Amino acid sequence: MPNKTFFWFFLPTGLAMILFIGLPIISTGIQSFYAQHDQVVKEVKKCDPFGCTVSIVVDNEETSKIREAKPLGKFNGFGTYTDRNHLAVDEIKKFWNETESFGAFVDQVTNLPFYKALIFTLTYCLFVTPNVLLLGFIIALSLNAVARKIRGPLIFGTILPMIVTPLVGSLVLFWMIDSQGIIGANIQNLMNDPYLSLKSSKTLTWITIIIYGIWHHSPFAFVVFYAALQTVPQEPIEAAIIDGASRFQRIKHIVLPHIYPVVTFVALISLMDNFRVFEPIIGFSAEGSAQSLSWLIYDNLVNEEVILFGSAAATSMMTIIGIAILLAPVLIRTWKEFKTAR
Amino acid sequence: MDYGLDTKSNRLKTFNTIFIITWLLIACFPFIWTFWGSFKVRADFFSRSDWWYAISAFNTLIETGGKFTTNAYTQAWTEGEFWKASKNTIIVTVFVVSISLFLGTLGAYALSRSTEKYAFWILMAALIFRAMPHITLVSGYLFPFFELQIWGILPTTIVVLVAINQPFTLWLLYSFFKTVPKELDESALIDGCSYFQAFRHIIMPVMWPGVITAGLFSLMLAYNDFTVTALLLNQENHTMVPKIQSYLGTNQHEGNLMWAVSAVVSATAPLFMLVMFFQRQVISGLTAGAVKG
Repeated sequence: MPNKTFFWFFLPTGLAMILFIGLPIISTGIQSFYAQHDQVVKEVKKCDPFGCTVSIVVDNEETSKIREAKPLGKFNGFGTYTDRNHLAVDEIKKFWNETESFGAFVDQVTNLPFYKALIFTLTYCLFVTPNVLLLGFIIALSLNAVARKIRGPLIFGTILPMIVTPLVGSLVLFWMIDSQGIIGANIQNLMNDPYLSLKSSKTLTWITIIIYGIWHHSPFAFVVFYAALQTVPQEPIEAAIIDGASRFQRIKHIVLPHIYPVVTFVALISLMDNFRVFEPIIGFSAEGSAQSLSWLIYDNLVNEEVILFGSAAATSMMTIIGIAILLAPVLIRTWKEFKTAR
Repeated sequence: MDYGLDTKSNRLKTFNTIFIITWLLIACFPFIWTFWGSFKVRADFFSRSDWWYAISAFNTLIETGGKFTTNAYTQAWTEGEFWKASKNTIIVTVFVVSISLFLGTLGAYALSRSTEKYAFWILMAALIFRAMPHITLVSGYLFPFFELQIWGILPTTIVVLVAINQPFTLWLLYSFFKTVPKELDESALIDGCSYFQAFRHIIMPVMWPGVITAGLFSLMLAYNDFTVTALLLNQENHTMVPKIQSYLGTNQHEGNLMWAVSAVVSATAPLFMLVMFFQRQVISGLTAGAVKG
């Protein structure tokens, strides 16, 4: 296709992506170097028959004037990146000097908001992704062994958790697991502990959100693996059966190598999706004990007094860097393949 | 695997059946339970005293005189203004699907027919864009949108959702157009058609299966979105998902939990119907690009 024709065909979609994905990333980058203005204060002298007092009040008029003149806020350089709510450089130095054992130091650091969120996000990715791959593969194998006639409805039932939005999916589970729901109440009875509830324990909350993640993402892995299983050639398997290979050996030596490229694809996609975990935290109302990077950004953006654009942008930029690190191996591999192909 | 030589022992068969039934229960029971509970009153579905009330409908009988009640639905749709939210969702979904298909088919067709290097780089860029968490993009939108005073209205959200959806649509339709033989439109070009005429008269009639799949995914994205709609729309224009969240209540004000339950059922039912109808297309879309390599 000539370049000119290509240009006109691609222009609309290219423009949409540049304007609403490319530019916002740049806009986020710029915003991350600015912080909201401080409030202007003034001294007010109040006199009454008993004498004069000087009090300091916020000058709303002046404040809003400055905000209007420079809506982006004041230039802050890397200040937002290094402050307490982000990388917390000073705090970490302080902890390093003050705490006695390494364990105490780690404890202190993991209590800082950014690191807390980072650790939850990584833990979530680390537990959900492999389990999704495993469960998805087992369901695919298992459904593949069922008679063809009844597979349709079974597949429909299997993909339900995936097609609802994460917020709805987590709410539906939360209403059952909560102490007033069917599962929560029964666990209380079983454990004989009337105060046992999701909100009371950080570990329980984390486990619940991770289980939710596996429940929500496994159907995706299942669908892809199931389609891949249909393409596995039959001859090698039959040969293996004649040679006396067990079922497990057949899966390990024939099926798995055949679908290996698909496994990496699913792992990559689900890693990307898990890294942005956010809606389940709202669905499970777990803000207290589990915060993710995306949730931090959301929290800054719905702040009631002043929207913390700078703070949200700084967290966003660091999230994007995280995504880039996750994607780097794939991009490098594709680049190498592309170079050798030329 | 159903191979002639492969004989399964009975024990394996039983184990397999039990596993599938267990998994289906885990996957579907939460939805069935929510559907069941949406016809009860709050004191039953979220019972402080006994979870069995949700089945025996103890309080529902006292409060309404029947075992089932549709109060939650009528209240959420009228007082809760869920009708408005669903109207907004329909507007957003219809526009997002049609615009992103229009842009996506043109772009993906060009990508699939180009032999230049930049086509590869564009696809890579699209992959990176696909990986961006939506919330980071939203944090980039908010400030400019406030300044331009286009925050809070439906058209802005529609355009944003279309753009966010483009990378995936492009990849899906690209891998679909790759399977449409080049000779088809090349012969049209030789006969004197322009590229656009070839696209219009030769490609469009055969591209419907791919377009339906891509359309379904755009629909699911627009219908299900929470991040963009919650932050870019004002209260008046909220679509269904942020509306459900607003029913949950915050620290400041008590929500109306039963409204949320009935709203969840109302929002999920059409989606399930749609997927039941188009199951084949959804599955082919998820596997496109993955299985073909």
